[in-house]
Amino acid sequence: MAIRSESLPILSSEDVVTVRRRVRAMAIEQGLKLIDQTKIITATSELARNTFVFGGGGTVLLEALESGGRYGVRLTFEDRGPGIADLTLAMKDGYTTGGGLGLGLSGAKRLSNEFEIDSRLGEGTRVTITRWR
Amino acid sequence: MDRIPILKLGDFLLVTVQVDMHDRLAMNLQEDLTDKIVSAHARGVLIDISALDMVDSFIGRMLGNIASMSRILDAETVVVGMRPAVAITLVELGLSLPGVRTALNVERGMEMLRATISVYAAEYSEYHGDPF
Ligand SMILES: Nc1ncnc2c1ncn2[C@@H]1O[C@H](COP(=O)(O)OP(=O)(O)OP(=O)(O)O)[C@@H](O)[C@H]1O
Ligand SMILES: [Mg+2]
Repeated sequence: MAIRSESLPILSSEDVVTVRRRVRAMAIEQGLKLIDQTKIITATSELARNTFVFGGGGTVLLEALESGGRYGVRLTFEDRGPGIADLTLAMKDGYTTGGGLGLGLSGAKRLSNEFEIDSRLGEGTRVTITRWR
Repeated sequence: MDRIPILKLGDFLLVTVQVDMHDRLAMNLQEDLTDKIVSAHARGVLIDISALDMVDSFIGRMLGNIASMSRILDAETVVVGMRPAVAITLVELGLSLPGVRTALNVERGMEMLRATISVYAAEYSEYHGDPF
């Protein structure tokens, strides 16, 4: 269950930095260890950049979770961009349509405890990740 | 601030990344370093990232680009001060930073550069006679 939440815009590369900072603050508040903070901040950076670059901008919802004595951070990145035609392909290491390394989605999945992606052509993309303490 | 300062230390350039890197800042640094390597006749570049709390695919790619572009300009790059948690996360992200040399801190990085450059100088003098 979310005990706190906050929504932030992702419309520029400066916003990506702000989002990283807010996620770090929440990860610390939730008692995540340094290595887990680093993992979720890195995943955040990847997904926020995708939202901005490929999704044409969007938002992220930060949620501080508490469930049966477990504490965590859940992030939902959402855009109304072009969507992803082939999710299986997009999730592969090295697949990129933007001249990147193609590590953002697959890497963010590895760095999270839970990962969900939902994308519809012409409608947009939503990625949700969770990292527990 | 849109530029990261580049310091000249003898034959070397030192870049200390002290702020949260947004993408444009990283792009600018790549450009500025290329220019500076040429104008300062630098033989080595040290990039201190000890202040960074994460390295993502974008920053990783930038470090790789700087390393290969400086090599073309006959300068070696060493990335120094990567935090342990950042290094572990980088591997899990899937980035191995091929072609990027790393050292614990600026001093070690400096030693590494000096050693590399003197090996080059020795090889050069073997083939072409003493350049000095
Ligand atoms: N929000 C999004 N909207 C539309 N397409 C997306 C979105 N996120 C990712 N994609 C597509 O999925 C591909 C893979 O994304 P991923 O983040 O893994 O790699 P990349 O961004 O291309 O490179 P890297 O993240 O390594 O710099 C992208 O190239 C893009 O085609
Ligand atoms: Mg990406």
